[in-house]
Amino acid sequence: MSTATSDNVIKLAELLGQSGSAKTPFVLSETEKHEIEHELTHFPDGRAASIEALKIVQKHRGWVPDEALEPIAQMIGISAAELEGVATFYSLIFRKPVGRHVIKVCDSITCFAVGYEDIRVALEKQLGIAYGQTTADGRFTLLPICCIGACDKAPAMMIDDDLHHDLTPQNLASVLEAYK
Amino acid sequence: MSIASVETELQVKPLTARINAKLPVDLKSYESTGGYQALRTTLKDLKPQDVQSRVKDSNLRGRGGAGFPTGIKWGLVPMGPDAGAKYLVCNADEMEPNTFKDRLLMEDAPHQLIEGMLVAGYAIQATAGYIFLRGEYVKAAQRLNAALAEARAAGLLGENILGSGWSFTLVVHTGAGRYICGEETALINSLEGRRANPRAKPPFPQIAGAWGRPTVVNNVESLCNIAPIVLYGADWFKGLSQGKSKDGGTKLYGASGRVKRGGIYELPIGTSAREILEEHAGGMREGYTLKCWLPGGASTDFLMPEHLDLAMDFDTIGKAGSRMGTGLILALDQTHNMVSILRNLQDFFARESCGWCTPCRDGLPWGLKMLRALERGEGRAEDIEQLQRLTVLAGPGKTFCAHAPGAMEPLQSALKFFRSEFEAGIKKPAQAA
Repeated sequence: MSTATSDNVIKLAELLGQSGSAKTPFVLSETEKHEIEHELTHFPDGRAASIEALKIVQKHRGWVPDEALEPIAQMIGISAAELEGVATFYSLIFRKPVGRHVIKVCDSITCFAVGYEDIRVALEKQLGIAYGQTTADGRFTLLPICCIGACDKAPAMMIDDDLHHDLTPQNLASVLEAYK
Repeated sequence: MSIASVETELQVKPLTARINAKLPVDLKSYESTGGYQALRTTLKDLKPQDVQSRVKDSNLRGRGGAGFPTGIKWGLVPMGPDAGAKYLVCNADEMEPNTFKDRLLMEDAPHQLIEGMLVAGYAIQATAGYIFLRGEYVKAAQRLNAALAEARAAGLLGENILGSGWSFTLVVHTGAGRYICGEETALINSLEGRRANPRAKPPFPQIAGAWGRPTVVNNVESLCNIAPIVLYGADWFKGLSQGKSKDGGTKLYGASGRVKRGGIYELPIGTSAREILEEHAGGMREGYTLKCWLPGGASTDFLMPEHLDLAMDFDTIGKAGSRMGTGLILALDQTHNMVSILRNLQDFFARESCGWCTPCRDGLPWGLKMLRALERGEGRAEDIEQLQRLTVLAGPGKTFCAHAPGAMEPLQSALKFFRSEFEAGIKKPAQAA
């Protein structure tokens, strides 16, 4: 127990953002700034760009780190706390790092009625992870999602921006194969 | 299919004739089959009130699920030269479980939605429009943005459209998840960049909506009907239902579950559920029999096989104790255990509650907990009565918006029709030694 103490201290320091090496302050890239500025032109009020701005940062970084909130909030003219409230509300804004590919499995009623459970079990077995987790090699993150409007071709899921339907436990492996 | 035959077919199936003919989705193809004629006629010959009257006379009822007359909704918007900024928002946040109709329209007929929004925007003299699209509809976003770019380049959108003096901007806003965004006032909060909590009504959005300005929110399918109504007239639209309903128009119906040919079918509104399921979807697959069905989404009451001859319109399905909702039928079969089905449905509604009001935030997980116990065969005898009570406590009039009352619809109807399946989940008392 005593041997683990110093490790714990380091972990705590990392969590608090106080690790030994001086951290470079977070800056939005020029591309991100440019894209957010473009979004701002669509609305009569800067706040309205909050979701799009979070999605822009997520598009470039895979997720939205805490440090990104302050500079985004400044650009759109609201407080970082308000932006955090928005960022934590929406299920497709990721607040933790995710894998290179995000699998979103429809768990709504129609998929459920025609074989969703078998798909979930097969995915968890093949990937060795449960919902909310990322594979050790950083390849896949597994999440459930609301009905994705492919009910006549259920069960269905999305990987990144792609829709996959008529899934069976047997055809899953070949679907996953395309995502390295 | 020739251009002329598509134009004839459009008068029978105004929403899908172009899609069924597999025409390209670009501006040139749309205009070659009468596209943007309604906009040209509107801007040249019609006053905003004329467009409103045509839509009111057509008796078009909102296709998002509630069935509120579109013309009456528009009629509440303040008009006149001093009315200031006004917004038209398309609710394209299609997330109701078992709904996949607006996806089809946006992916394969994007210009028809855009023209519908232009005509609707003119009718209420809106200054800007937004298509509130769920973020997962990536292809729809690409198709709509490409179509918008074409329309802008052709002078159909932007400043002084077609020399009429009327200006209108239109952009796609993509969401980031959460079912509650489909609720009209939650959608407005989300559009403003806030958490998608619903707002109290009144004031209704038509008076004070987005950024406090008059705002109309219409569903994709409703808006896609606008250009045809203006082009062919209110009487033509009313006739589309072929006497099957007192409502006008066609409806995008659908079928899913273990049916032979699941899909979307544009049919006269008021077509019977039996015709939809047995003719258009080809009936149940071999070895499966229909146990019960949801007429239009997760938040509608279950109906039974004996209800199949009912006309699928808002009033008829309403009188039978359910709602037509989105009109896409989910067929459940004899393999389905209703406690598990309800557990899945309530899991969805509990997860998607925005947390704003107590009956929904706390009531839905409470119901879910009981359903989970019943599913494991560990329910208590009083659970069924408690679930019954929950349908009142989280039902209409007890909550801020329709989310929890919607969740109670499948629950109350399942308790009515399948009570014995719930009773089977009650834990048997241990045998006395």
